Amino acid sequence: MKIAVTVNGERYERDVEPRTLLAYFLREDLGLTGTHVGCDSSSCGCCVVAMDGDRAVKSCTMFAVQADGHEITTVEGLEQGGKLHPLQQAFWDQHGLQCGYCTPGMLMTSYVLLKHQPAPNEAEIREAIAGNLCRCTGYQNIVKAIQQASTELAAEPAAAAVGS
Amino acid sequence: MFPAPFDYYRAHSVDDAVQALARFGDDARILAGGQSLIPAMRFRLARPSVLVDINAIDELAYVRESDGHLAVGAGTRDFALETAPLIAQRYLLLADTSALVADPVVRQMGTVVGSLCHNDPAGDWPVTALAARAQVSIRTPGGATRTVAIDDFVVDSYTTAVGTGEMAVEVRFPTPGTRTSGSYQKIERKVGDFAAEKLLAGAKPSKDLIRAAMREAEKIADPSPDNRGSVEYKKAMAGVLVGRAIAGALERLGVGGLK
Repeated sequence: MKIAVTVNGERYERDVEPRTLLAYFLREDLGLTGTHVGCDSSSCGCCVVAMDGDRAVKSCTMFAVQADGHEITTVEGLEQGGKLHPLQQAFWDQHGLQCGYCTPGMLMTSYVLLKHQPAPNEAEIREAIAGNLCRCTGYQNIVKAIQQASTELAAEPAAAAVGS
Repeated sequence: MFPAPFDYYRAHSVDDAVQALARFGDDARILAGGQSLIPAMRFRLARPSVLVDINAIDELAYVRESDGHLAVGAGTRDFALETAPLIAQRYLLLADTSALVADPVVRQMGTVVGSLCHNDPAGDWPVTALAARAQVSIRTPGGATRTVAIDDFVVDSYTTAVGTGEMAVEVRFPTPGTRTSGSYQKIERKVGDFAAEKLLAGAKPSKDLIRAAMREAEKIADPSPDNRGSVEYKKAMAGVLVGRAIAGALERLGVGGLK
Protein backbone atom coordinates (compact mmCIF):
# COMPACT_ATOMS: atom_id res chain seq x y z
CA MET A 1 0.00 0.00 0.00
CA LYS A 2 1.31 3.47 -0.88
CA ILE A 3 1.70 5.83 2.02
CA ALA A 4 2.99 9.37 2.50
CA VAL A 5 4.39 10.17 5.92
CA THR A 6 6.12 13.31 7.10
CA VAL A 7 8.97 12.37 9.40
CA ASN A 8 10.95 15.11 11.14
CA GLY A 9 9.61 17.62 8.63
CA GLU A 10 10.54 15.60 5.56
CA ARG A 11 7.87 13.92 3.42
CA TYR A 12 8.45 10.29 2.46
CA GLU A 13 6.37 8.31 -0.03
CA ARG A 14 6.77 4.57 0.23
CA ASP A 15 5.03 1.35 -0.69
CA VAL A 16 4.64 -0.80 2.43
CA GLU A 17 3.03 -4.06 3.40
CA PRO A 18 0.11 -3.34 5.75
CA ARG A 19 1.69 -5.53 8.45
CA THR A 20 4.86 -3.39 8.58
CA LEU A 21 5.08 -1.89 12.04
CA LEU A 22 5.93 1.80 12.27
CA ALA A 23 9.12 1.14 14.26
CA TYR A 24 10.48 -1.11 11.50
CA PHE A 25 9.35 1.30 8.77
CA LEU A 26 11.32 4.08 10.47
CA ARG A 27 14.39 1.95 11.09
CA GLU A 28 14.59 -0.21 7.99
CA ASP A 29 12.78 1.71 5.24
CA LEU A 30 13.86 5.20 6.25
CA GLY A 31 17.13 4.29 7.98
CA LEU A 32 16.19 6.25 11.10
CA THR A 33 17.65 3.89 13.65
CA GLY A 34 17.38 6.32 16.54
CA THR A 35 14.01 4.78 17.36
CA HIS A 36 14.85 1.62 19.29
CA VAL A 37 12.98 -1.65 19.54
CA GLY A 38 13.22 -3.17 23.00
CA CYS A 39 10.52 -5.56 24.14
CA ASP A 40 8.68 -5.41 20.81
CA SER A 41 5.40 -5.88 22.69
CA SER A 42 4.44 -2.35 23.85
CA SER A 43 5.77 -2.72 27.40
CA CYS A 44 9.15 -0.98 27.44
CA GLY A 45 8.63 2.32 25.60
CA CYS A 46 12.01 2.35 23.77
CA CYS A 47 10.17 2.81 20.48
CA VAL A 48 8.07 5.86 21.44
CA VAL A 49 7.72 8.54 18.76
CA ALA A 50 5.53 11.64 18.61
CA MET A 51 2.55 11.63 16.25
CA ASP A 52 1.29 14.99 14.98
CA GLY A 53 3.40 16.60 17.69
CA ASP A 54 0.95 16.00 20.49
CA ARG A 55 0.67 12.27 20.99
CA ALA A 56 3.32 9.82 22.20
CA VAL A 57 2.85 6.43 20.57
CA LYS A 58 4.66 3.11 20.84
CA SER A 59 5.78 2.60 17.26
CA CYS A 60 6.12 -1.19 17.72
CA THR A 61 2.36 -1.32 18.32
CA MET A 62 1.18 0.71 15.36
CA PHE A 63 1.26 -0.08 11.65
CA ALA A 64 3.12 2.20 9.25
CA VAL A 65 -0.07 2.48 7.16
CA GLN A 66 -1.71 4.16 10.16
CA ALA A 67 0.87 6.94 9.93
CA ASP A 68 -0.19 7.73 6.36
CA GLY A 69 -0.94 11.46 6.14
CA HIS A 70 0.44 12.10 9.62
CA GLU A 71 3.55 13.79 10.99
CA ILE A 72 5.97 11.69 12.99
CA THR A 73 8.77 13.11 15.09
CA THR A 74 11.57 10.76 16.08
CA VAL A 75 14.57 11.40 18.31
CA GLU A 76 16.52 12.46 15.17
CA GLY A 77 14.09 15.36 14.77
CA LEU A 78 14.79 16.94 18.15
CA GLU A 79 18.13 18.54 17.39
CA GLN A 80 17.81 21.69 15.25
CA GLY A 81 20.65 23.28 13.28
CA GLY A 82 23.34 21.48 15.24
CA LYS A 83 21.87 22.50 18.58
CA LEU A 84 20.51 19.87 20.91
CA HIS A 85 16.90 20.19 22.00
CA PRO A 86 16.67 21.40 25.62
CA LEU A 87 15.53 17.89 26.60
CA GLN A 88 18.58 16.28 25.00
CA GLN A 89 20.89 18.85 26.60
CA ALA A 90 19.23 18.24 29.96
CA PHE A 91 19.68 14.45 29.70
CA TRP A 92 23.36 15.15 28.98
CA ASP A 93 23.75 17.68 31.82
CA GLN A 94 21.95 15.56 34.41
CA HIS A 95 23.49 12.23 33.35
CA GLY A 96 20.01 11.03 32.41
CA LEU A 97 21.37 8.13 30.41
CA GLN A 98 23.97 5.43 30.70
CA CYS A 99 23.64 2.76 28.01
CA GLY A 100 21.22 4.96 26.05
CA TYR A 101 18.87 2.21 24.96
CA CYS A 102 15.73 3.65 26.55
CA THR A 103 16.76 7.26 25.87
CA PRO A 104 14.98 7.90 22.53
CA GLY A 105 11.71 6.71 24.04
CA MET A 106 12.27 8.68 27.25
CA LEU A 107 12.98 11.81 25.20
CA MET A 108 9.94 11.48 22.97
CA THR A 109 7.57 10.63 25.83
CA SER A 110 8.79 13.64 27.81
CA TYR A 111 8.72 15.82 24.66
CA VAL A 112 4.99 15.17 24.36
CA LEU A 113 4.48 15.47 28.13
CA LEU A 114 5.95 18.98 28.12
CA LYS A 115 3.62 19.97 25.28
CA HIS A 116 0.58 19.00 27.34
CA GLN A 117 1.98 19.96 30.74
CA PRO A 118 4.79 22.53 30.45
CA ALA A 119 5.47 22.53 34.20
CA PRO A 120 4.87 19.02 35.54
CA ASN A 121 5.77 18.25 39.14
CA GLU A 122 7.95 15.27 40.04
CA ALA A 123 5.00 12.91 40.57
CA GLU A 124 3.51 13.89 37.22
CA ILE A 125 6.84 13.26 35.47
CA ARG A 126 7.19 9.84 37.11
CA GLU A 127 3.63 8.96 36.09
CA ALA A 128 4.19 10.16 32.51
CA ILE A 129 7.26 7.95 32.02
CA ALA A 130 5.68 4.92 33.74
CA GLY A 131 5.47 3.21 30.34
CA ASN A 132 9.18 3.74 29.64
CA LEU A 133 11.54 1.28 31.28
CA CYS A 134 15.16 2.09 32.11
CA ARG A 135 17.31 -0.77 33.32
CA CYS A 136 20.62 0.96 34.06
CA THR A 137 20.77 4.67 34.90
CA GLY A 138 17.73 4.59 37.13
CA TYR A 139 14.97 7.12 36.99
CA GLN A 140 16.32 9.77 39.36
CA ASN A 141 18.48 11.58 36.83
CA ILE A 142 15.93 11.14 34.07
CA VAL A 143 13.37 12.94 36.23
CA LYS A 144 15.92 15.68 37.01
CA ALA A 145 16.64 16.08 33.30
CA ILE A 146 12.96 16.48 32.45
CA GLN A 147 12.65 19.06 35.25
CA GLN A 148 15.62 20.98 33.87
CA ALA A 149 14.17 20.95 30.34
CA SER A 150 10.80 22.08 31.65
CA THR A 151 12.41 25.09 33.31
CA GLU A 152 14.45 25.96 30.22
CA LEU A 153 11.54 25.60 27.84
CA ALA A 154 9.45 27.86 30.05
CA ALA A 155 12.14 30.53 29.65
CA GLU A 156 12.45 29.93 25.90
CA PRO A 157 9.16 28.47 24.57
CA ALA A 158 10.18 28.70 20.89
CA ALA A 159 12.71 25.91 21.45
CA ALA A 160 9.88 23.48 22.13
CA ALA A 161 8.75 23.30 18.52
CA VAL A 162 10.65 21.01 16.19
CA GLY A 163 10.00 19.34 12.87
CA SER A 164 8.05 21.24 10.27
CA MET B 1 7.20 -11.55 15.57
CA PHE B 2 5.38 -9.80 12.75
CA PRO B 3 1.65 -10.29 12.30
CA ALA B 4 0.45 -12.59 9.54
CA PRO B 5 -0.28 -10.72 6.30
CA PHE B 6 -3.60 -8.93 6.07
CA ASP B 7 -5.36 -6.38 3.89
CA TYR B 8 -5.93 -2.89 5.20
CA TYR B 9 -8.91 -0.64 4.66
CA ARG B 10 -9.24 2.87 6.07
CA ALA B 11 -12.85 3.78 6.79
CA HIS B 12 -13.97 7.40 6.73
CA SER B 13 -17.40 7.03 8.32
CA VAL B 14 -19.27 4.51 10.44
CA ASP B 15 -21.37 3.51 7.42
CA ASP B 16 -18.20 3.07 5.39
CA ALA B 17 -16.73 0.83 8.13
CA VAL B 18 -19.86 -1.31 8.45
CA GLN B 19 -20.10 -1.71 4.67
CA ALA B 20 -16.44 -2.73 4.60
CA LEU B 21 -17.08 -5.37 7.28
CA ALA B 22 -19.94 -6.72 5.16
CA ARG B 23 -17.73 -6.76 2.08
CA PHE B 24 -14.74 -8.45 3.68
CA GLY B 25 -16.60 -11.10 5.65
CA ASP B 26 -16.08 -12.97 8.92
CA ASP B 27 -12.33 -12.59 9.20
CA ALA B 28 -12.33 -8.78 9.05
CA ARG B 29 -11.67 -6.94 12.29
CA ILE B 30 -12.04 -3.32 13.34
CA LEU B 31 -8.73 -1.60 14.15
CA ALA B 32 -9.20 1.14 16.74
CA GLY B 33 -6.27 1.96 19.06
CA GLY B 34 -4.74 -1.44 18.36
CA GLN B 35 -3.10 -1.66 21.78
CA SER B 36 -4.59 -5.12 22.42
CA LEU B 37 -5.25 -6.28 18.86
CA ILE B 38 -1.78 -5.57 17.45
CA PRO B 39 0.07 -7.46 20.23
CA ALA B 40 -2.43 -10.32 19.77
CA MET B 41 -1.69 -10.32 16.04
CA ARG B 42 2.04 -10.25 16.72
CA PHE B 43 1.74 -13.32 18.94
CA ARG B 44 -0.47 -14.84 16.22
CA LEU B 45 -3.31 -15.15 18.73
CA ALA B 46 -5.37 -13.13 16.27
CA ARG B 47 -5.15 -13.52 12.49
CA PRO B 48 -7.69 -11.25 10.82
CA SER B 49 -7.61 -11.30 7.00
CA VAL B 50 -8.60 -7.63 6.81
CA LEU B 51 -8.29 -4.71 9.21
CA VAL B 52 -10.86 -1.95 8.90
CA ASP B 53 -9.15 1.08 10.45
CA ILE B 54 -11.55 3.50 12.16
CA ASN B 55 -8.88 5.94 13.40
CA ALA B 56 -9.67 8.45 10.64
CA ILE B 57 -13.34 8.71 11.65
CA ASP B 58 -13.13 11.95 13.60
CA GLU B 59 -16.83 11.98 14.48
CA LEU B 60 -16.29 8.91 16.69
CA ALA B 61 -13.94 10.73 19.08
CA TYR B 62 -16.14 12.39 21.70
CA VAL B 63 -17.06 12.45 25.37
CA ARG B 64 -20.56 13.90 25.84
CA GLU B 65 -22.92 14.15 28.74
CA SER B 66 -26.66 14.10 27.98
CA ASP B 67 -29.94 12.49 29.09
CA GLY B 68 -28.54 11.02 32.27
CA HIS B 69 -25.46 9.38 30.82
CA LEU B 70 -21.95 9.99 29.62
CA ALA B 71 -21.48 8.87 26.02
CA VAL B 72 -17.99 7.85 24.88
CA GLY B 73 -17.47 7.28 21.15
CA ALA B 74 -15.55 4.36 19.66
CA GLY B 75 -12.74 6.69 18.61
CA THR B 76 -12.16 8.15 22.08
CA ARG B 77 -8.71 7.42 23.46
CA ASP B 78 -8.24 6.56 27.12
CA PHE B 79 -6.14 9.72 27.40
CA ALA B 80 -9.02 11.90 26.15
CA LEU B 81 -11.38 10.44 28.74
CA GLU B 82 -8.77 10.69 31.50
CA THR B 83 -8.25 14.39 30.79
CA ALA B 84 -11.92 15.34 30.20
CA PRO B 85 -12.76 17.84 32.98
CA LEU B 86 -16.21 16.47 33.76
CA ILE B 87 -14.74 13.02 34.51
CA ALA B 88 -12.75 14.31 37.45
CA GLN B 89 -15.81 16.16 38.74
CA ARG B 90 -18.59 13.60 38.42
CA TYR B 91 -17.45 10.24 37.13
CA LEU B 92 -14.93 9.18 39.75
CA LEU B 93 -15.12 5.47 38.95
CA LEU B 94 -14.24 6.27 35.33
CA ALA B 95 -11.51 8.68 36.45
CA ASP B 96 -9.94 5.95 38.62
CA THR B 97 -10.11 3.43 35.81
CA SER B 98 -8.82 5.65 33.03
CA ALA B 99 -5.72 6.51 35.07
CA LEU B 100 -4.89 2.83 35.63
CA VAL B 101 -5.23 1.39 32.12
CA ALA B 102 -1.85 0.07 30.92
CA ASP B 103 0.58 3.03 30.94
CA PRO B 104 0.28 6.70 29.90
CA VAL B 105 1.74 6.17 26.42
CA VAL B 106 -0.54 3.22 25.63
CA ARG B 107 -3.47 5.37 26.82
CA GLN B 108 -2.69 7.99 24.16
CA MET B 109 -3.53 5.38 21.52
CA GLY B 110 -5.86 2.85 23.16
CA THR B 111 -9.63 3.37 23.15
CA VAL B 112 -12.32 2.67 25.77
CA VAL B 113 -14.72 0.97 23.36
CA GLY B 114 -11.87 -1.05 21.85
CA SER B 115 -11.02 -2.41 25.30
CA LEU B 116 -14.68 -3.39 25.81
CA CYS B 117 -14.77 -5.16 22.45
CA HIS B 118 -11.51 -6.99 23.14
CA ASN B 119 -13.06 -8.05 26.47
CA ASP B 120 -9.93 -9.44 28.03
CA PRO B 121 -11.01 -10.79 31.44
CA ALA B 122 -7.99 -8.96 32.87
CA GLY B 123 -8.86 -5.70 31.07
CA ASP B 124 -9.92 -2.62 33.01
CA TRP B 125 -12.91 -1.27 31.08
CA PRO B 126 -15.11 -4.40 31.01
CA VAL B 127 -14.93 -4.56 34.83
CA THR B 128 -15.80 -0.89 35.28
CA ALA B 129 -18.53 -1.01 32.64
CA LEU B 130 -20.13 -3.96 34.46
CA ALA B 131 -19.99 -2.14 37.81
CA ALA B 132 -21.32 1.09 36.30
CA ARG B 133 -24.18 -0.67 34.43
CA ALA B 134 -23.04 0.72 31.08
CA GLN B 135 -24.74 0.21 27.74
CA VAL B 136 -23.08 -0.28 24.37
CA SER B 137 -24.49 0.94 21.05
CA ILE B 138 -23.84 -1.34 18.12
CA ARG B 139 -24.30 -0.48 14.44
CA THR B 140 -25.78 -3.41 12.51
CA PRO B 141 -24.99 -4.34 8.90
CA GLY B 142 -28.36 -2.90 7.86
CA GLY B 143 -27.35 0.49 9.25
CA ALA B 144 -29.61 0.36 12.32
CA THR B 145 -28.30 0.90 15.84
CA ARG B 146 -29.09 -1.44 18.71
CA THR B 147 -28.25 -0.83 22.34
CA VAL B 148 -27.11 -3.67 24.58
CA ALA B 149 -26.83 -3.66 28.39
CA ILE B 150 -23.29 -4.48 29.49
CA ASP B 151 -24.41 -7.73 31.17
CA ASP B 152 -25.54 -8.96 27.75
CA PHE B 153 -22.65 -7.34 25.87
CA VAL B 154 -20.01 -9.27 27.81
CA VAL B 155 -20.61 -12.87 26.74
CA ASP B 156 -17.41 -14.63 27.77
CA SER B 157 -13.67 -14.01 27.79
CA TYR B 158 -12.74 -12.23 24.54
CA THR B 159 -16.35 -12.66 23.34
CA THR B 160 -18.99 -9.94 23.12
CA ALA B 161 -22.48 -9.46 21.71
CA VAL B 162 -21.01 -7.67 18.68
CA GLY B 163 -21.99 -9.99 15.81
CA THR B 164 -20.48 -10.57 12.38
CA GLY B 165 -20.56 -7.39 10.34
CA GLU B 166 -21.44 -5.27 13.35
CA MET B 167 -19.46 -2.48 14.97
CA ALA B 168 -19.64 -1.07 18.51
CA VAL B 169 -19.91 2.71 18.14
CA GLU B 170 -20.45 4.07 21.66
CA VAL B 171 -20.51 3.17 25.34
CA ARG B 172 -22.83 4.99 27.75
CA PHE B 173 -22.15 5.24 31.45
CA PRO B 174 -25.12 6.35 33.59
CA THR B 175 -24.54 9.68 35.33
CA PRO B 176 -24.03 8.87 39.03
CA GLY B 177 -26.67 10.28 41.39
CA THR B 178 -25.63 12.42 44.32
CA ARG B 179 -25.65 9.38 46.63
CA THR B 180 -23.85 7.07 44.22
CA SER B 181 -20.10 6.66 44.10
CA GLY B 182 -17.50 4.20 42.98
CA SER B 183 -13.84 3.38 43.29
CA TYR B 184 -11.53 1.30 41.15
CA GLN B 185 -8.68 -0.64 42.75
CA LYS B 186 -5.95 -2.69 41.15
CA ILE B 187 -2.86 -4.56 42.28
CA GLU B 188 -0.01 -4.71 39.79
CA ARG B 189 3.64 -5.58 39.88
CA LYS B 190 4.32 -2.79 37.42
CA VAL B 191 2.22 -0.53 35.21
CA GLY B 192 0.49 -2.39 32.44
CA ASP B 193 -0.36 -5.44 34.48
CA PHE B 194 -3.86 -6.62 33.98
CA ALA B 195 -6.88 -5.94 36.57
CA ALA B 196 -10.30 -6.50 39.62
CA GLU B 197 -13.15 -4.47 41.31
CA LYS B 198 -16.60 -3.91 42.93
CA LEU B 199 -19.46 -1.51 43.78
CA LEU B 200 -22.28 -1.88 46.30
CA ALA B 201 -25.88 -0.65 46.34
CA GLY B 202 -28.79 -0.44 48.77
CA ALA B 203 -27.30 -1.48 52.10
CA LYS B 204 -26.57 0.76 55.07
CA PRO B 205 -22.79 1.17 55.25
CA SER B 206 -20.94 -0.24 58.24
CA LYS B 207 -17.59 -1.87 58.93
CA ASP B 208 -19.40 -5.19 59.31
CA LEU B 209 -20.95 -4.77 55.87
CA ILE B 210 -17.54 -4.08 54.32
CA ARG B 211 -16.08 -7.13 56.10
CA ALA B 212 -18.98 -9.25 54.85
CA ALA B 213 -18.40 -8.02 51.29
CA MET B 214 -14.68 -8.79 51.60
CA ARG B 215 -15.44 -12.35 52.80
CA GLU B 216 -17.94 -12.78 49.97
CA ALA B 217 -15.36 -11.60 47.41
CA GLU B 218 -12.79 -14.07 48.77
CA LYS B 219 -15.40 -16.83 48.50
CA ILE B 220 -16.60 -16.12 44.94
CA ALA B 221 -13.20 -15.23 43.48
CA ASP B 222 -12.02 -18.09 41.25
CA PRO B 223 -8.49 -17.11 40.21
CA SER B 224 -5.81 -19.14 38.47
CA PRO B 225 -2.37 -19.43 40.02
CA ASP B 226 0.44 -17.84 37.99
CA ASN B 227 3.68 -15.95 38.53
CA ARG B 228 1.68 -13.04 39.96
CA GLY B 229 0.51 -15.16 42.88
CA SER B 230 -1.13 -18.31 44.25
CA VAL B 231 -4.88 -18.97 44.40
CA GLU B 232 -4.82 -18.32 48.15
CA TYR B 233 -3.07 -14.97 47.69
CA LYS B 234 -5.36 -13.86 44.88
CA LYS B 235 -8.51 -14.78 46.83
CA ALA B 236 -7.25 -12.79 49.80
CA MET B 237 -6.38 -9.83 47.56
CA ALA B 238 -9.84 -9.93 45.95
CA GLY B 239 -11.21 -9.33 49.46
CA VAL B 240 -8.70 -6.57 50.18
CA LEU B 241 -9.50 -4.77 46.91
CA VAL B 242 -13.24 -4.97 47.49
CA GLY B 243 -12.76 -3.55 51.01
CA ARG B 244 -10.63 -0.69 49.68
CA ALA B 245 -13.03 0.02 46.82
CA ILE B 246 -16.09 0.23 49.08
CA ALA B 247 -14.29 2.31 51.70
CA GLY B 248 -12.95 4.58 48.95
CA ALA B 249 -16.39 5.02 47.38
CA LEU B 250 -17.99 5.74 50.76
CA GLU B 251 -15.32 8.28 51.62
CA ARG B 252 -16.17 10.12 48.40
CA LEU B 253 -19.75 10.34 49.61
CA GLY B 254 -18.54 11.81 52.87
CA VAL B 255 -19.18 8.58 54.78
CA GLY B 256 -15.95 8.03 56.70
CA GLY B 257 -15.10 6.71 60.17
CA LEU B 258 -17.52 3.78 60.06
CA LYS B 259 -18.27 1.65 63.10
